[in-house]
Amino acid sequence: MSEQNNTLPVDALEMIYDELASAIDEVDKEATALFLVKLVLLNAKTIGSAETLREHIRIAKQDF
Amino acid sequence: MHLPSTEPRFSLYYDYKIHQPWLASQHAPQDRKQVVIVGAGPSGLVTALELARLGVSCVVVTAELQVSQGSRALAFTRRSMEILQQVGIDERMTEAGLPWRFGNSYYRGKRVFRMEAPYDVNDRFYPLINVQQQYMEEFLHDACKANPLIDFRWGNKVVQVEQKEGYVELVVDTPEGTYSLETQWLVAADGGRSGIRAALGLEMEGTSYEGKFVIADIKIDLPLPTERMAFFAPEWNPGNTILMHREPHGIWRLDYQLPEGEDPDEALKPESIKARIDAQLAMIGYADKTWELDWCSVYSARTLTLPDYVHDNILFTGDAAHLLPIFGVRGANTGFQDGQSLAWHLAFVVKGLASRKLLENYSAERVTAAREIIEEAGKSTRFMTPPSRGFHLLRDAVLSLSLTQAFVRPLYHWRTSRPHEYTHSALNSMGDDNALFQAGPAHGAPPKNVRLGADNYLLDYLGGGFDLLYFTQNQTVPESIMTVVRQARAKGIPLNVVGIGPGLEIAGADKTINDASGAIRGCYGVNNHGAAYLLRPDQHICARWINLDAMRLQMALNTALPQ
Repeated sequence: MSEQNNTLPVDALEMIYDELASAIDEVDKEATALFLVKLVLLNAKTIGSAETLREHIRIAKQDF
Repeated sequence: MHLPSTEPRFSLYYDYKIHQPWLASQHAPQDRKQVVIVGAGPSGLVTALELARLGVSCVVVTAELQVSQGSRALAFTRRSMEILQQVGIDERMTEAGLPWRFGNSYYRGKRVFRMEAPYDVNDRFYPLINVQQQYMEEFLHDACKANPLIDFRWGNKVVQVEQKEGYVELVVDTPEGTYSLETQWLVAADGGRSGIRAALGLEMEGTSYEGKFVIADIKIDLPLPTERMAFFAPEWNPGNTILMHREPHGIWRLDYQLPEGEDPDEALKPESIKARIDAQLAMIGYADKTWELDWCSVYSARTLTLPDYVHDNILFTGDAAHLLPIFGVRGANTGFQDGQSLAWHLAFVVKGLASRKLLENYSAERVTAAREIIEEAGKSTRFMTPPSRGFHLLRDAVLSLSLTQAFVRPLYHWRTSRPHEYTHSALNSMGDDNALFQAGPAHGAPPKNVRLGADNYLLDYLGGGFDLLYFTQNQTVPESIMTVVRQARAKGIPLNVVGIGPGLEIAGADKTINDASGAIRGCYGVNNHGAAYLLRPDQHICARWINLDAMRLQMALNTALPQ
């Protein structure tokens, strides 16, 4: 995946790391997947590129 | 011995009439027919009426003695009404129906999406109209009965089909026993459970979805407008979908999805239906209203089609050819288009004006249309009744986000049935000016209607053969073009010339339309004197020219009628 100019800086990534973890803890366990899918859809809107999203899906499916 | 029920079906609003069966003993021995149509539903009867309009006689056989049970198809699109206008029943449909153009989707008591079907000043018909199927079948039957080229046979059930050398042999069972019937062409319009499809061992391709819906018609007085309502995942039916449509005669249709794994027979038990309808009415604030059940049934969504609709001398149409999900009103609305298409393709072959290649084109065009519908309807179906865990999650995520996020709301829209554009049809002219037009219906597209005045529209003038729309400032169609027209007619090709000009009578044209206002020129992207459109008998465009000449008209006719 190509590096983009607007790549999240490490300190911001660390903040989001904590905030996302806490948010997952806050929603009902059975709603975890729903929460994450909603998040992806919101991100999808902002990213605005089906190609990038497809690439993200491919990468996320790896290495379980 | 075939003994169809002579008891009128139950209905709270429709008065079923029992027709007399057609009995072979009361008629002269049967010679070989040109066309036999099996099935008296929407696609079969439109096929019969359009065949007759093109001068081809047919026999229609139906196993029953009365029209079908329940409101069934219910919602008809503008294009369906335009087709029904061609067969002469649009006025009765309009009188009997409730027109509408808005759809509403609700989640957690909030309207999260409103569909507005476009309504242009040039359209004679509303985007959608609700008419119970019994009336539609009755109107079509009345039109058939009034037509001397259509031999309509109630109580005739086809029990055996055999393809012979160049014809088909049928055994037909009646209340007095069987008789045999030969036909050059057999149209299988015998519905979703087509016995002819089964007898031929033909397999459909595609997907069947698990989600089951109960469809229930109730008589109830609800002070709500004629708009479609869809309720997603309400508390009384978690994760599932409910649809509501207003019908004529004080009837409402409710479709509700059943919880996974529920037995359909259980679901149709009166106590089960009562509990669920009461829950739905309570949810929308009408718990106090009394209601009575008229009809109910269970269905599941399927997106299936035969890969070929022509099998020797047997031709498939409507639900016998494909099974489409109801989301987007795709059953009868597709069936009308199939019937209209099949009729003209077949009529021209029967009359020797084209070779069998024309029937292959029918199959190619309508299979492509069915696959396009399957592609579109599949999306709607996967939203309405998610087929797996992944689809459930995505659907639920959209429902949840839709309460606050506008960008996901269009996903509620289940693309309503629309006519297929035969963009890549083999009948489209190669040497015309299609690509040079900036506007107007292109190759393979259905025509655009244009309002010409009060109760006066362009489509009122079309149909019954090929139509040549000729745009001119002059008072005559050029002689060289008229020569081609006359030669085509001499061969038996029905070809209607519609002159479109500033108002004076155009010599050579069968009909002249005054377009002094330029309304038709605007809709058809015509800037030039001498431009023309050639419409097939189903009104789809097969050629258009910035400047028509005789040779290119001849080429277009040759392409449209392969030998």
